[in-house]
Amino acid sequence: MSQQAFHHALLDPARPVPDGLTDGAGHPAGRRYAVYRNNVAVSLTEALITGFPACAALLGADNMSRIAGRFLRQHPPASPLMIHWGAAFPAFLDGLDGLGRLPFLSDVARLELALRRAYHAADATPVAPNALLSIPEDRLGLARLRLAPSVQIVKSRWPVAEIRAFALGLGAAPTSGAQEIAVLRPDYDPEPHVLPPQGHAFLAALQANMPLGAAVTQCGPGFDPAPCLALLLGHGAITEILTCPG
Amino acid sequence: MSKTIKTAALLSAVATAVTLTAHQAAAQEKEKCFGVALAGQNDCAAGPGTTCAGTSKVDYQGNAWSLVDEGTCMEVMLPAMADGSERMGSLEALDRDLPEM
Amino acid sequence: MHSFTTLPAAPGVGYKPQHYAEILAGAGPIGWLEIHAENYMGDGGRPLAQLRALAERFPISVHGVGLSIGGEGRLDAEHLARLKHLVGWLNPASFSEHLAWSTHDSAFLNDLLPLPYTNATLDRVVAHVDEVQDTLGRQMLLENPSSYLAFSESTWDEPDFLREIARRTGCGLLLDVNNVFVSATNLGFTPQAYIDGFALDQVGEIHLGGHDEDEDDHGAPLLIDSHGREVADPVWALLSHTLVRSGPKPLLIEWDTDVPAWPVLAEEARRAEEALARLAVAA
Repeated sequence: MSQQAFHHALLDPARPVPDGLTDGAGHPAGRRYAVYRNNVAVSLTEALITGFPACAALLGADNMSRIAGRFLRQHPPASPLMIHWGAAFPAFLDGLDGLGRLPFLSDVARLELALRRAYHAADATPVAPNALLSIPEDRLGLARLRLAPSVQIVKSRWPVAEIRAFALGLGAAPTSGAQEIAVLRPDYDPEPHVLPPQGHAFLAALQANMPLGAAVTQCGPGFDPAPCLALLLGHGAITEILTCPG
Repeated sequence: MSKTIKTAALLSAVATAVTLTAHQAAAQEKEKCFGVALAGQNDCAAGPGTTCAGTSKVDYQGNAWSLVDEGTCMEVMLPAMADGSERMGSLEALDRDLPEM
Repeated sequence: MHSFTTLPAAPGVGYKPQHYAEILAGAGPIGWLEIHAENYMGDGGRPLAQLRALAERFPISVHGVGLSIGGEGRLDAEHLARLKHLVGWLNPASFSEHLAWSTHDSAFLNDLLPLPYTNATLDRVVAHVDEVQDTLGRQMLLENPSSYLAFSESTWDEPDFLREIARRTGCGLLLDVNNVFVSATNLGFTPQAYIDGFALDQVGEIHLGGHDEDEDDHGAPLLIDSHGREVADPVWALLSHTLVRSGPKPLLIEWDTDVPAWPVLAEEARRAEEALARLAVAA
């Protein structure tokens, strides 16, 4: 019997148990095959719940397991690394109609994915906070700040950091509106931090290797980079300062 | 107004940032411990036997979807979010370039 | 980094991050640790930091669960490269994988799926084990699965099949005694006879874990390899039967679901230590 036949019937419970499988005494395997069906569905569902605990809390157990059953069949892992599975979950949620009172769910999933990426990102040694002061004055605008690989940014029209904290019992009911968020990991524990307006664009520009002056300018007049820079420096998120020669 | 940020403004922002950082470091909160995972883990255990998730004959195709029981969803009240009040300003600003990740 | 070259014939446990502090504070009878390779293939962060610290103190066994050695397709070259990287920097005391498949058409199914024991499967698994050992530059151990069903096309029994793979590839074997008991109950053979037919001289490590009880369509017992509770008494008895024939081996306690507090796991390890001690007295 081919692994193709075994595989297809695993994910489609409407298909009959493949031929050629027995109980060891010549009888058809019957529900013994269901052990494998369950292993696949249950283990992937649990992986999704572990990776997206706030989404699971917001949905409730029944809804989450039904959504997971659908997701794991449409987007089974493409790699054996379960630590990375679920990258397609936010867009999958965007494609579901009928999420009712949870229109922000996909953005909560984006934040949870960002936290996970930060958790597994490469380590990097940060610069000392006052290293920025040692850049020659005439080169400051052209300096490029390299951010730690763990830095993740998320933007939402909803207060997703508050919604996530509330869902996990870590914070009170949301009171704010749209949020721009940086996930920072000073040592090993990623935390979401709410950025000032345009902070997302500023960090995105730095991540894209844009010089500091241009990164500030493209955030529009009146944008003050000081709070964002303080946040990055204070959480070990700047790992290198590159100044152009001349 | 100049289109690019003045060096003086940038210098002042950097100085402010470094000063803020010093204060922030002093006040930094105790480390939270995500000692466990933050993601599904690989293991070699088997699931719960022959019944439940893998064998129910649900239609898993298409985009048609509804919450089975909205009552099981957590109640999240978002003040002044959906009614076009002053918060809409920032919503529209964000709509211009919503994140792709 | 300090390197331990072999696993000691002592109890070990499957490492869980929630036990990190307790293991470093005093591991009791634990002489080594096993990790699941795939959980340490991120780029950095706490998992790798913990692993580096543990590897200073304990011999580490890297146990892969995602290579799909029994797969019909080619081995996943990217995954093999990740394994080579992990095994390269960690230089673990042992590397092992399963006689099973888990990937098909590039979908990873996150389960150890069963194989028919035919000459065609044998040739394929032998080729894959050769490729793994050549790539990693070291011997690997191959583990016997737990079975819930059989293939009518099988022409080999499992101990002979594994013995032949070991003979042709030079790989060692990982004997999971709980899997033997689970498969024997589910497929109706005698677990002691399986052990007696097993290439015990090739065994580099023994696994022990808990199982759940279910039943099939006809009400026959169907044991599930859940790794979610204490090792069952008849499995401890089967371990003693094995150790008398094999001599002392590294013994691993696997507990992957409903992971208990550290003292419960340490108590299981103490039982394994007693089994080894009884053997020493009898010798």
